[in-house]
Amino acid sequence: MESPDSKSVSAPPSPYDVERIRADFPILGRLVHGAPLVYLDNAASSQKPYSVIQAVDAYYREINANVHRGAHELSIRATEAYEGARAVVAEHIGATSASELVFVRGTTEAINLVAWTWGAAHVAEGDEILLTKMEHHSNLVPWQILAHRAGATLRYVDVAADGSLVMDDYDRLLSDRTCLVGVTHVSNTLGVVNPVAEIARKAHEAGAVCLVDGAQAAPHMQIDVQALGCDFYAFSGHKMLAPTGIGALWGRRELLDAMPPWQGGGEMISEVRLEGFTAAPLPYKFEAGTPNIAGALGFAEAIRYLQRIGLEKIHAWEAELTAYALDSLGRVDGIEIFGPREDRVGVISFRYADIHAHDLATILDQKGVAIRAGHHCNQPLMAHLGVDATARASIYLYNTRSEIDALIEALGLAAHLFGVA
Amino acid sequence: MGMTGHGGEGLELSSLQDLYQQVILDHYRRPRNKGPLEDATHTLTLNNPLCGDVIDLMLRLEGDRIAEVHFEGKGCSISQASASMMSGVLKGSTIQEALQVMATFTRMLHGDMDAAADTDLGDLRALAGVSKFPVRVKCALLAWNCLGELVGPDTTHS
Repeated sequence: MESPDSKSVSAPPSPYDVERIRADFPILGRLVHGAPLVYLDNAASSQKPYSVIQAVDAYYREINANVHRGAHELSIRATEAYEGARAVVAEHIGATSASELVFVRGTTEAINLVAWTWGAAHVAEGDEILLTKMEHHSNLVPWQILAHRAGATLRYVDVAADGSLVMDDYDRLLSDRTCLVGVTHVSNTLGVVNPVAEIARKAHEAGAVCLVDGAQAAPHMQIDVQALGCDFYAFSGHKMLAPTGIGALWGRRELLDAMPPWQGGGEMISEVRLEGFTAAPLPYKFEAGTPNIAGALGFAEAIRYLQRIGLEKIHAWEAELTAYALDSLGRVDGIEIFGPREDRVGVISFRYADIHAHDLATILDQKGVAIRAGHHCNQPLMAHLGVDATARASIYLYNTRSEIDALIEALGLAAHLFGVA
Repeated sequence: MGMTGHGGEGLELSSLQDLYQQVILDHYRRPRNKGPLEDATHTLTLNNPLCGDVIDLMLRLEGDRIAEVHFEGKGCSISQASASMMSGVLKGSTIQEALQVMATFTRMLHGDMDAAADTDLGDLRALAGVSKFPVRVKCALLAWNCLGELVGPDTTHS
């Protein structure tokens, strides 16, 4: 079938080989209730590629020992690997120094660390903490606890009907009483990407610091904390291919230096006397106790994996899939999608006729389709939207168009069972 | 999509059809005794913090007899249908009888087929299919947890 035209009619090489990526994730080959797994709960937690599983496995097989302790070979190797992992994560987000990167359990612990240390030192009665109505509970409750202790006031930037932040409301609420602005980079319910650089710049003009919850952003886009201009950036490993129980807090060195330590114990001290202690330098001041060494190594390997594929390519693939999912869901009578059409990632919350989200999730699960149902740790936002629960399908680098088709087909089963026309 | 698209797909479909029987969907869409109870003697609101389902149970007791059962709530078809069915089954029964029904209903949700055959359960028997979906048992029990706390043997609300 050789012909002179064959070159011009053949398809260009695919810039994104999703099947090859899927082959890197062992769990994607399994069945659920007899059907192929269609994993669309990535905003809750992502799956893990072989290379991450192997990085964790290799640590325990070959160099397992405590870090920063011993003079023996394994401890030295484990320490090198752990600090090497820190350098990978720090460099990935544009930190000027690895010492600005504190390993924590996840985004929740990162935000609590800032609330309990920076907050204790800087927030006083009458101060205001400015958040938004779309914050995850983990960027809300720590500040409620702090405000209660310090006698400070919480203010919330309004969310528009399309899910975007009302920036006029931000400008109105921001004042010289504002000591901290806390905002999510990407909403875990609406998928909307917030204008974090603008928010941080305005916070600084008002004399406030800016903390960004990056849990839903870091997995999907290249993060550059210098370009964002924020002061703290918190994110989790497990939503970006790494194991659970590892995450990172990045902070500007001068802020981290001035913050009191948080948990006391080993690792975080340079000297202890019966009368008191001297805190260790950054970042160890905030890493009391034996850290999650294997998790940190898995985190670094997850970032290397994402870098090998390229976050720009991943972002483009997800944008295409998201548009396809929005179109496909939009064609189903009775489906209402929350959140904007543009400036978003593939976190898609929706409602289907009068079928409750939990019932949808149960029915879809029987077809192997995993979605999240409920309030998504976002109760104030749900109240603002006037719903008590939504179904949420969330996309990642290994999802495909045919999986979106499987979601739509499983929704057809739900419609059948509930007698929805 | 019609019936043919989902026929012959084995166990998962029949389990789902058991779970979502017409009588359950009917109670979900046309809940009985839903709304305020002006002269309630006992009220309690419980929620499921994991999923956000809420039931506010209201009883009017006359001696040891449950004269009226009303509820307010929001949540999935299972939690809301269970509350609606409960309100019909328990109206007019004694506390002792109500707690007996609760015990039988709970056994049914954990897969006891004898319990599922007990006619005292009335419409509640339609919820027997929940036993195949263990994570949904808590949905079916939400209203009953209110009842247990209001009039159960260890109650602190009376």
